[in-house]
Amino acid sequence: MKLFRRASKEPLWKDEFCINRADEQYVNRRQFTKFLVLTSLGMFAGNIWILMRSCFSKTPVYPEKNICRTKDVPVGGVWLFRYPTEKDACILIRPDEETYVAYSQKCTHLSCAVYYAPAKNRLECPCHEGYFSIKTGDVLQGPPPRPLPRVVLERRGDDLVAVRMEIQKEG
Amino acid sequence: MEPQHQPTRKHGLTAIDGALALIVILLIVQMWLLTATLESYLAGHHEVVLPAAIVSGALFLICAALYLFVIHIDAEERKAQRENSGFRETQDRL
Repeated sequence: MKLFRRASKEPLWKDEFCINRADEQYVNRRQFTKFLVLTSLGMFAGNIWILMRSCFSKTPVYPEKNICRTKDVPVGGVWLFRYPTEKDACILIRPDEETYVAYSQKCTHLSCAVYYAPAKNRLECPCHEGYFSIKTGDVLQGPPPRPLPRVVLERRGDDLVAVRMEIQKEG
Repeated sequence: MEPQHQPTRKHGLTAIDGALALIVILLIVQMWLLTATLESYLAGHHEVVLPAAIVSGALFLICAALYLFVIHIDAEERKAQRENSGFRETQDRL
């Protein structure tokens, strides 16, 4: 193909290490262009990777898990637990007598652990001062881009049971 | 016989610089697209992933086409230079 032809019939090293200084400008630009195009290929590969993950990711299975008894958590108190796997830290909050809410403890910004601030009745991330609503898990302030994933709870007698996670969409 | 028109060295460099500038702009757009796609994917908006991959592929193809254009210009310049130097050598011998 005409477009792919070599610049000359000289060996490659003579093409790339030219004797004339003026030719060097061409070599530099050509090599820089090649680097940029390879970077572009890397970006495209990144998009394809996300697409593959999106296509082949399995629907997560959420087992039912007994968290604690209602009397274990005082009003204004918290209970830390792990759900759905042992790697996923979550926080259960009891803001008033009859309300129990639970969220993933990982901040959606850079995965720092959020904590409950009872005085302001909100979840706070200490790393970059991201604040989340207790009622919905929405971002109130700060850099977190998404709400906290919510753990859906069911009250069975005196027991609090985690049923599934809800990844809340922004906007 | 009329001499064939050959792009001058300066014109060739200008063309390559133009192509380079375009590639840089496209690359910045592609970077933004990748970060925005990842952000949307993590936020649970899976519907944007396929169009983003298609657009990213198109941007890569444009970059590759511009790279081929740069190689082409480079080859033309070298060819012109070789022919000119051959012509001068013949004149010197005469």
